[in-house]
Amino acid sequence: MMRHPRLWMGLLSCSALSQAQAAWDVNMRPGVTEVSRSVFDLHMTIFWICVAIGVLVFGAMFWSMFAHRRSRRPQPAHFHENTRVEVLWTVIPLLILIAMAVPATRTLLHIYDPSEPDLDIQVTGYQWKWHYKYLGEDVEFFSNLATDRNAIGNQAPKNDHYLLEVDEPLVIPAGAKVRFLVTAADVIHSWWVPELAVKKDAIPGFINETWTRVAEPGLYRGQCTELCGKDHGFMPVVVEVKAPADYAAWLAGKKAAAAEATAQAGKAWTLEELVAQGERVYRTACVACHQPTGEGLPPAFPALKGSKIATGPKEGHMNIVIDGKPGTAMAAFGKQLSDVDLAAVITYERNAFGNALGDSVTPQDIHAFRQARETGQGMQPAQPQ
Amino acid sequence: MSAVIEPGHTAHDEHPHGPARGPMRWVLTTNHKDIGTMYLWFSFTAFLLGGSMAMIIRTELFQPGLQIVQPEFFNQMTTMHGLIMVFGAVMPAFVGLANWMIPLMIGAPDMALPRMNNFSFWLLPAAFGLLVSTLFMEGGGPNFGWTFYAPLSTTFAPESVTFFIFAIHLMGISSIMGAINVIATVLNLRAPGMTLMKMPLFCWTWLITAFLLIAVMPVLAGVVTMMLMDIHFGTSFFNAAGGGDPVLFQHVFWFFGHPEVYIMILPAFGAVSSIIPTFARKPLFGYTSMVYATGAIAFLSFIVWAHHMFTVGIPVTGELFFMYATMLIAVPTGVKVFNWVSTMWRGSLTFEAPMLFAVAFVILFTIGGFSGLMLSIAPADFQYHDTYFVVAHFHYVLVPGAIFGIFASTYYWLPKWTGHMYDERLARWHFWLSFVGMNLAFFPMHFVGLAGMPRRIPDYNLQFADFNMVSSLGAFLFGATQLLFLYIVIKCIRGGEPAPAKPWDGAHGLEWSVPSPAPYHTFGTPPEVK
Repeated sequence: MMRHPRLWMGLLSCSALSQAQAAWDVNMRPGVTEVSRSVFDLHMTIFWICVAIGVLVFGAMFWSMFAHRRSRRPQPAHFHENTRVEVLWTVIPLLILIAMAVPATRTLLHIYDPSEPDLDIQVTGYQWKWHYKYLGEDVEFFSNLATDRNAIGNQAPKNDHYLLEVDEPLVIPAGAKVRFLVTAADVIHSWWVPELAVKKDAIPGFINETWTRVAEPGLYRGQCTELCGKDHGFMPVVVEVKAPADYAAWLAGKKAAAAEATAQAGKAWTLEELVAQGERVYRTACVACHQPTGEGLPPAFPALKGSKIATGPKEGHMNIVIDGKPGTAMAAFGKQLSDVDLAAVITYERNAFGNALGDSVTPQDIHAFRQARETGQGMQPAQPQ
Repeated sequence: MSAVIEPGHTAHDEHPHGPARGPMRWVLTTNHKDIGTMYLWFSFTAFLLGGSMAMIIRTELFQPGLQIVQPEFFNQMTTMHGLIMVFGAVMPAFVGLANWMIPLMIGAPDMALPRMNNFSFWLLPAAFGLLVSTLFMEGGGPNFGWTFYAPLSTTFAPESVTFFIFAIHLMGISSIMGAINVIATVLNLRAPGMTLMKMPLFCWTWLITAFLLIAVMPVLAGVVTMMLMDIHFGTSFFNAAGGGDPVLFQHVFWFFGHPEVYIMILPAFGAVSSIIPTFARKPLFGYTSMVYATGAIAFLSFIVWAHHMFTVGIPVTGELFFMYATMLIAVPTGVKVFNWVSTMWRGSLTFEAPMLFAVAFVILFTIGGFSGLMLSIAPADFQYHDTYFVVAHFHYVLVPGAIFGIFASTYYWLPKWTGHMYDERLARWHFWLSFVGMNLAFFPMHFVGLAGMPRRIPDYNLQFADFNMVSSLGAFLFGATQLLFLYIVIKCIRGGEPAPAKPWDGAHGLEWSVPSPAPYHTFGTPPEVK
């Protein structure tokens, strides 16, 4: 944990280390797409223009501070106007800016052209995870932070991809123009992958378009960049670019897994199976707010341990998990989780943290609950406050 | 430009009397000097409070992992740090300077509306008392960033958000009243012969700032009122589920927010435009163009707001308009910087503390201007937006910009306020430690931002660890150094070498025609300005 030796070594041999590791990176990386490279070029051009102007202006200042000190020049000059230079230093910067605006406009128009995509993916920001839906392919999944919570709490070592690793990355095919339709389910998020130079705000009620085309397979990491609440710093984006054949195989595998999960919903689940599955679901979907101990972070995030709902009738418990509580951070997980996962996590909550009800909610119960609600006979969804 | 001084009309007006006795002096005072002093102390208190929050933030970010605070509290700290620094430290400091100096600079006996002046100050402790008390409420204080984007600040906000809204309303009322007072004073109470184009630039920049305040504070009040309606009265201005528009919030907020950043820097431009000529012993270069450049910046500030929103998905024509308009701001800002450099050129320079801060202001504010120009390039902004590069940018314009401007002003006018010279040796220590600390704290933020570190996160990947540690060390140095500033000011109030009426040989202006310390009442009879 103590990084002081590296800090001082780094200060001494900054450039040598920066070759070896990213820790002393001082600049944007050019990235891996045509767009990211043209953005990088713009960045470097405007940077060097600023450096040139800075050298001139600061050079004049430092020269003046050296040569025009009172000890060297007891008598100051008295000039205080010169229309010609005033016009010059208004017009010349204007011309530089116009020269800069031309390539910037060209790049912007290119970025703003998401037409003729090969693949559409809907990206939805949730507190605090990303959901990816392959439009027309019937494949969708959540992508959650995979970093061990003990590493965040400094009880376990941190790896190189600390906070930048997910349980399931977004997979896209190399060489294809992929269009992202970006939106959010709760608050505003922002989807950013630096190496692709793609950053777009995910806004509830809006669908923003953006796109990328990555030539080479690889793994690219980014983060949410719009403050979205407590775990804003803990919802990374990972994009895995696969060769087209590998992508096709991956997609087929996802579809088969989805069919398998549907089949699983019909089987008879034991309490133990549900609790085991439910613990896995809890770790990804619930733990951020309700905490590993089930004690929550009251008052914003209530405890499940001994709570009235989690130890009360099954209907009430199903109701809050499936429909959420509007006006709070409790999302409607009915839209996010399968019947199996809902049944499992509810069963887990009723049999963990000292809640020992011993009963179970089955996927069939969830299915029946949803059916009843659709026909208007079940419990009404919770009303807004 | 600077006025010719008519000696003789100084301390004694028709009914000479000093301040009232006892603590009620401060509660009931209508004296611009008393109110200015209270504003300045209030501002410094807020600066230390907001600074302590920055210390908590930098301690948490000293190493990767969560050490001292949880994310929920971290977000409250970033939010309150921003709100307190913007509304509690920088803005009241400039109002304090305006209260003290504008009447002295234009030969007025007081501010034009002294009772309102008292009220606009005393609203501030109430507003900030409310705001800070939210930290102790159930559910915690505001945790949605100082920009409080809906719906995080409405549907998903802690209960205390209502107190936050009321506090913002009070601050807005206070600012608007302060601005009306400055405008009324500058337009009506100038001494005979003190034409607008003879005023010190500080009066000009404050006049323009006051118009900005009157234009945008009601917009801020409007946006928080819409939040209040959404939270308590069932409207859906910003709630997409009810047909509302979360992006509308950002448009309204930044229509306030962009002029706001100029509200925080224009008065500093004015003060520096007095200080550099004094220590260069040479008149300000291009006074007229300075005035016009300030006006141009103020105008442009109203048509660039969406450059804070390049990633929200506004149409490409909108992106282009806001990109071009933003780039244009570099022109009048450049004119100002070139004028300051030309003022120094072939002068006879000395580097007392006010000049050190003023020169650092010009250099470091320009660095902040360069990163601002980079941010204006919309396609590049897609990479910079909401990263530490932005944090570096606005701290470079606010810390060595606004705050160094305030330090420079304080040292420049402290002899006039207290009647004593401050300790020059300690003041230089204050400068150099602040300069080193501030650059150590904020320069590495450019690097981690470009390398991909988002802002407002309590924990980060290991690749950002080393520069964050450097940043934290710099921030601790900068923070601790401000206690030295407190010591220097108290020492100067308590004693020191007596200050003459004009302690700086190169200074010009009516404020130097009255004795030091400035008598409780000045210019009871207006001076004649030729």
